[in-house]
Amino acid sequence: MTERIVGPELELVSDSETGGKKGVGLSPSGLLRSLNSSFAYGRPWAITLLAIVTALIAGAVLLTVTTPATLQAWGSFFSNPIGALSATWFLVGDVYRDIFTGSIVDPPALFQAITTGQGWVAVLTPLSETLTQATPLIIAGLAVAVGFQSGVFNIGAQGQIIAGAICASYAGWAIQLPSPIHLALTVAAGLAGGAIAGFIPGILKAKTGAHEVIVTIMLNYVILNFLLYLLTNRPFRQPGQSNAISRPVDASAQLPHLLGSALPANLGIVLALVAAYLVSWFMKRSTLGFSFLIMGANPTAGRTAGIDSKRVTVLVMVISGALAGLAGMVILSGSTLMLTSGFGGNVGFDAITVALLGRNRPLGVVLAALLFGALDVGGRAMEAATGVPVDLISVIQAIIVLLVAAPALVREIYRLKATSLRSVELGTRGWGA
Amino acid sequence: MRVDLEGITKSFGSLLANDLVSLTVNPGEIHCILGENGAGKSTLMNVLFGMIEPDAGEIRVDGKPVRFTSPREAIASGIGMVHQHFMLVPVFTVAENAVLGFEPVKKRVLLDRALSRRKVLELSEAYGLAVDPDAIVGDLPIGMQQRVEILKALGHDARLLILDEPTAVLTLQETEALFKIMRSLADSGRSIMFITHKLKEVAAVADRVTVLRRGRVAGQGDPKTLTERELASMIVGRDVQLDVDWGKPKPSRAVLSVRDLTVYDERGALAVDRLNLEVRAGEIVSIAGVDGNGQTELVRSLVGLLPPHSGSIELDGKPVAGASPRKMIELGVGHIPEDRQVDGLVLPMSIAENLVLDLYSRKPFATGWRRDLRAIEENAERLVEEFDIRTQSVNAPVANLSGGNQQKVVVARELSRELVLLVASQPTRGLDVGSIEYIHRRIVAARDAGVAVLLVSAELDEVLSLGDRVAVMHRGKIVDVVNPDVGRDHIGLLMTGVQPSAAENSRTDSRPGSGATERLRELEWRGGGDD
Repeated sequence: MTERIVGPELELVSDSETGGKKGVGLSPSGLLRSLNSSFAYGRPWAITLLAIVTALIAGAVLLTVTTPATLQAWGSFFSNPIGALSATWFLVGDVYRDIFTGSIVDPPALFQAITTGQGWVAVLTPLSETLTQATPLIIAGLAVAVGFQSGVFNIGAQGQIIAGAICASYAGWAIQLPSPIHLALTVAAGLAGGAIAGFIPGILKAKTGAHEVIVTIMLNYVILNFLLYLLTNRPFRQPGQSNAISRPVDASAQLPHLLGSALPANLGIVLALVAAYLVSWFMKRSTLGFSFLIMGANPTAGRTAGIDSKRVTVLVMVISGALAGLAGMVILSGSTLMLTSGFGGNVGFDAITVALLGRNRPLGVVLAALLFGALDVGGRAMEAATGVPVDLISVIQAIIVLLVAAPALVREIYRLKATSLRSVELGTRGWGA
Repeated sequence: MRVDLEGITKSFGSLLANDLVSLTVNPGEIHCILGENGAGKSTLMNVLFGMIEPDAGEIRVDGKPVRFTSPREAIASGIGMVHQHFMLVPVFTVAENAVLGFEPVKKRVLLDRALSRRKVLELSEAYGLAVDPDAIVGDLPIGMQQRVEILKALGHDARLLILDEPTAVLTLQETEALFKIMRSLADSGRSIMFITHKLKEVAAVADRVTVLRRGRVAGQGDPKTLTERELASMIVGRDVQLDVDWGKPKPSRAVLSVRDLTVYDERGALAVDRLNLEVRAGEIVSIAGVDGNGQTELVRSLVGLLPPHSGSIELDGKPVAGASPRKMIELGVGHIPEDRQVDGLVLPMSIAENLVLDLYSRKPFATGWRRDLRAIEENAERLVEEFDIRTQSVNAPVANLSGGNQQKVVVARELSRELVLLVASQPTRGLDVGSIEYIHRRIVAARDAGVAVLLVSAELDEVLSLGDRVAVMHRGKIVDVVNPDVGRDHIGLLMTGVQPSAAENSRTDSRPGSGATERLRELEWRGGGDD
């Protein structure tokens, strides 16, 4: 690794890595930590922005080569270069405009609504849908980010989402209570369900050393199959339904809509932002959060400093699981109201991507989740309007993540100087090896 | 091979890492480069090895000017480098590693394993570099891995070998063996550039020495005629006290009493074997011993990181064997761990945060759940001032500090709370003369304040200079506790397990538990066998 860093700092640290006992070799957990800390500690936002821009450009290229009309125009590029360029320009412009208007706002409609005072519902629908789509991503992204920053790879957000939703669902229809109390109880049930699902891999790791990645992945299947069992049996199964579908949660346990019943935005987004603030405070200012960060960055130093690593592992998994469970509750009480066999879609895995893109910081996670939510919602609108398959969105999302995970590539493309990175790389040295 | 560096200048931003550095390495010469951390040694070596292009200056190989833009070109010109951190593939064999990058092939595509093996054997025989070509590198001890690195460089036909702090990771014996190898390489006409911090090694092996300070050549000369003290003052730029009289200790009550302590290491091998030890308040007991004789495990069990198998540890009369690290910290045990970057610091975190790493949940740094950032920062400002930690901001990541300053952070943290016992393990490993002097002074100051200090060090000089009593450890036992005045030779013998007085008496074993049980015990020690 010495070769990689060229500069006077090399000398500043070179003497101090004389541990000697480490020998050669690379442990997976060491790699994980260095990866993790490179996300956790300073890296310019410019890389993320450039990654998004690059992904959009790549999407434009993809659009051009997959659309017969533009491809034809490019075929005669030398006889009519303007035609080729304008064909791409208009196609890409249309598509990206549809994504924008479908996920955020349609400017002419907004203008009209302002002048006439009519049609606000139509104007606000896209943004409202984006917020709803982003809400569980924010909360589940926070769940994953808390784990990553603490050196625990929680790949089980998907299962924990379902576990939280199962508990929230039960609390939502089995108990009759007045609205605010019932809703609070449902939130608590969601948190508890996720916490239990997180506690299992946590305690297994602490007591037996079972690796949390394996256990959480496997628990995803266990919990999913448990859900399928519940959906086909009493008391969860909705009576009189041939589909595997649960009872709906009572109205008193549903998340109230924020902007009137016609718009989907609900209290969930407020919960998500509160959660983001609390996580941020917890990691930055609380003693327990500080011990999480220490264990995430250098567990041996943490143990030497008297931190109980097993306790931290269990607590991280419980907190991470509880957040994921809350995401499940929000999906249930805010959108679907019922559990189905496909409950939660892919949110638990998208959350890993969102955490990565948001560099495990609460604000970053919120912004990344909003971006992904907007792309998902806008993609559907785009497909409806232009016929371009929604898969384009997946490609763009994938390229963003790929570039964010490989900042060297972005720097290479845009010839950025690596100076601001030096301290980060130094910081991660010595643990990987 | 003769190499001339002339007027090498390289700056990084405002920092002048090399400023008109000129030196010559003659064929068959061992040329030592001395200097503090940050003096520009590594930059100079990286320039020579083609990893950095200098802003100005010239490199001449055998009189011909050369320009290297990559290590590959440097290697092609006959320059080889053994990095401080080995660049080996742990799952490959010695032979495979030795030919990596220049693999002999047969039939154009097939790796010629037999030829690689033969090459390794030839080289290792020629220079006394005994190493099994078929061993897996990851299984080898550090000293052996280093030989593989040297073999690798020789395999590329290096006629100038750069060794970057090769002894920092070696035991005394391994160091001696390395010096023999270096001598035989030099005798065969190869040149060696040898970077080190350790003054004693310069006299032991170098033909010529160049001292760098702040990027400039601070002095050059023949190590035979330069004294250690002269070298030290060249390095630091001022007069340095090498042999300090630390004054008489005033020992009082016994703080730490260890009785019949037996500890198994993480892999389940016997590491500390029924060890007895006492450290009193106001004295420094230093532990001498060859690395790997149970010192690490002893320290880890004393601070609660490794629960002992049997025996007792008492702190001020209270039994504490098996207590958690947290408990030991609360009881006033300070710990300077042997590897600051692994056990002592969280590198990406700030200096201020690292200064409260084991105190963050206590008042005044926290009230209830809430960390008090202002108290943490005030504490850091105070300690940075008091311990002379060179940094622009206490909020800078500790990774940005030099090794000496990083160690000062660890020492400052451990000494910033009320201590009963300080366990200092290799407190000055890899540090330069100035930092060593400073840290020694702080440790003695702690002693004089009534703290019981247990010092573990692989540096015999440190053991002798600081220790009020020297406990010699061999195979997990304290073989004797002696006065540091008995001399290096006496202690050196004890370190190898020989009782200097008993050596003449044909070794009639009078220790308890002798005979068959003792022999079984011997076999059990670290899987039996030799050490």
